[in-house]
Amino acid sequence: MVPIACYLVLGAILFSIGVAAFLIKRNIITVFLSIELMLNAVNLTFVAFSRRWSQVSGHLQVNGQLFVFFVMVVAAAEAAVGLAIIIAVFRARNTLNVDSIDLMKL
Amino acid sequence: MHLALFIIFAGLCVAGALNLLFQRHPINSALSLIVVMSSLAVLYLLLGAEFLAAAQVIVYSGAIMVLFTFVIMLLNAGREERTHGSKLAYIAGFPGAAALLGLLTFIFLNRRSSFGQAQLGEYLATTGDLSRVLFRDLLLPFEVTSVLILIAILGAVALARKEH
Repeated sequence: MVPIACYLVLGAILFSIGVAAFLIKRNIITVFLSIELMLNAVNLTFVAFSRRWSQVSGHLQVNGQLFVFFVMVVAAAEAAVGLAIIIAVFRARNTLNVDSIDLMKL
Repeated sequence: MHLALFIIFAGLCVAGALNLLFQRHPINSALSLIVVMSSLAVLYLLLGAEFLAAAQVIVYSGAIMVLFTFVIMLLNAGREERTHGSKLAYIAGFPGAAALLGLLTFIFLNRRSSFGQAQLGEYLATTGDLSRVLFRDLLLPFEVTSVLILIAILGAVALARKEH
């Protein structure tokens, strides 16, 4: 028996590490990896709450798990497009450092 | 049993995430993210989501991370260098993330009695249960995501193509 709050706290820990990595990392690929980490943390929270909803309502509820399914689909599409953008940026500017990709900065 | 598995794989998750944070080479970060995702698959299984556990291994730690490692090797990404911008991020990033973690943990632990306990083996969502809801109630969103994936494929090909 594990309290569901433990799963939620684990999700919070992973999300916070993802936020910190997103802010600290300077390589554009690692920034993208930390976005994936945050998505995974939220997925764990969805599955934990789906389980809790099944307990409360008394029979199986799968809507939370289906939300995770859709998050996975969108994450796969996002990874394909994002990595293509990274390749295009690298071809144009020959760098992966986010500090030197500042064309839109005032 | 449940508690032991939870502690082992939650520990692996946190260790992998911290390794992602502190490694300076992107390939090390990507490989530690694979550890996080595979351990999350075990946690999904503990929560009774067997289809999601399989999909997590196949889609996340399979397809997406292979794409990431492929791009890292293609672009020959080296160690990241420190710039003056990242010092500001260090000053603002760690306290901000710590404050977020503290707030969320406080809320979850404060209300932990209302979240209940998870027991191994109850409310097991099989693939059949999932697909009954997915293909009856959520058929339109499911079909729309197929259009989304098609557009993503076209976008990826158009963006990554070499211009002549």
